[in-house]
Amino acid sequence: MSALRRYAAPLAVILVLLGAWEVAARWDLLSNALNIQDFLVPAPSDIAKSLWDDRSLLGSNAWVTLKEVLLGFGIAAAAGIGFAFLIHLSDTARRAIYPLLIGSQTIPIVILAPILVVWFGFGLTPKLVIVALICFFPITVNTLDGLRSVDPEMTKMMRALGAGRFQRLWRVEAPASLPYAFSGAKVAVSVSVIGAVFAEYVGSSSGLGHLINQAQAQLLTARSFAAVVVLSAMAIGLFGLVSAIERRVITWDSRGVMRS
Amino acid sequence: MLTRLREGTPDAAHEGRPGTDGAAALYAVGGAALRVSGLGHSFGELRAIDRIDLEVDPGEVVGIVGPSGCGKTTLLELVAGLRPPDAGAIAVDGRSMPADRLERCAYMPQRDLLLPWLSAVDNAALALRISGIPRPEARARAGAHFDRLGLAGFESSRPEELSGGMRQRVAFLRTLMAGRPVLLLDEPFASLDAITRAEMQSWLAGVLGPDRHTVLLVTHDVEEALYLSDRVLVLSPRPASVADRIEIDAPRTADRAAAVTSPEFAQLKERALRSLAGEGR
Repeated sequence: MSALRRYAAPLAVILVLLGAWEVAARWDLLSNALNIQDFLVPAPSDIAKSLWDDRSLLGSNAWVTLKEVLLGFGIAAAAGIGFAFLIHLSDTARRAIYPLLIGSQTIPIVILAPILVVWFGFGLTPKLVIVALICFFPITVNTLDGLRSVDPEMTKMMRALGAGRFQRLWRVEAPASLPYAFSGAKVAVSVSVIGAVFAEYVGSSSGLGHLINQAQAQLLTARSFAAVVVLSAMAIGLFGLVSAIERRVITWDSRGVMRS
Repeated sequence: MLTRLREGTPDAAHEGRPGTDGAAALYAVGGAALRVSGLGHSFGELRAIDRIDLEVDPGEVVGIVGPSGCGKTTLLELVAGLRPPDAGAIAVDGRSMPADRLERCAYMPQRDLLLPWLSAVDNAALALRISGIPRPEARARAGAHFDRLGLAGFESSRPEELSGGMRQRVAFLRTLMAGRPVLLLDEPFASLDAITRAEMQSWLAGVLGPDRHTVLLVTHDVEEALYLSDRVLVLSPRPASVADRIEIDAPRTADRAAAVTSPEFAQLKERALRSLAGEGR
């Protein structure tokens, strides 16, 4: 009952939107209005049909994309947390690395991706580079904020108890940064699928991006939409997974406890 | 709860019942002498401490009262070796190097500063863990004192689940577990409501009675200082110097109500309040 009440409102909105879309597409209202061929505007029912008919095609390509996302995200998490600790511990490292990290986010992926394909070919490498490049920044910045969030009084108390730099890092700063790191990871994982699909779109022989590319060339619009649906589901699923891990790990009340 | 606390152990352990084990061990640290002379400190242009001389004998409790912002916390930080002074000398147990002082002083900050991801017992055992004692042993040693601190049954509770008074007691135990001869207490009960504060004061009096710690107790509560200390220093407004030294002859007792309502106490309190207000100088 409570679950029904919780999901009733968003479900109703989605159903109304889908219904309107169905009507507009089924009776060619949309294609007429846009002055395009009617098969370019698939109805939700067409997309649902494609989801079912092309399930093995969608499944195998989604698996390829998922592997790229997970690997790229893993690399980004390791690098992001590593960078955050390095910058936190060393002023020299902060001055040396921080501008580069911010600079890395200004590189237009649209321009970088084709170059990476030329360098590394159609394989896994360019996808991992792009996914990791997109993901590591929110993880780094948030983890760093978390490491710095520790109350100076807390640091003083730890020093008074005899804790050196490493002990303070290990016993206070690292745990304090965990909720922040998870926030960064949730942002990163949500955008990671876009990175993977874009990298595939530019040059690959499999994956959802590749499938969308092909479907569009063949004017199979329902199939491209079906691939997008699968992609969204994947992103939402990954977000849910990170949130679930977060709830298992962060068992304390982390809302503004460290700073007062 | 408090009754149980008082009949609990400090006195019992003191009267030589070795069976109560850990409790006695906690307090068997022995005090150390504290000598402060000509201490001065500034923050940039701001002169926080003008000149403070202070002698605390081993096992003595000295209260320090002063108006807000008169540098009381700074004084403790200087003594603990957390901050280098501009002028003057500080020696704990005859040692003046900051690192040596840090090793001999246990500083208890104003706020409890418990780590929210650790249980009460793990918070209390923090100093033991920092010094490299394995977790099971550290937990056992800290946990042995939970009963007498009125914390029995809350060993695995997180700080957010504890009341303000309980959190403060965990923070106090954490300070004690550091095993240092000098305790530097910075307004330990300032964040508590009046009733809980009174309970905590008589509890601390019970603990400090048989204990051999040297204690420097900073507070802005004159009554708290007079009740808990052997001697009270009244500081002047910033820049701080010693405005008055008040000796308290009455023995420390856990019976706070009786202690703070005696005529002698009232006289001392009037003197302290007048000194605080800058009268009689």
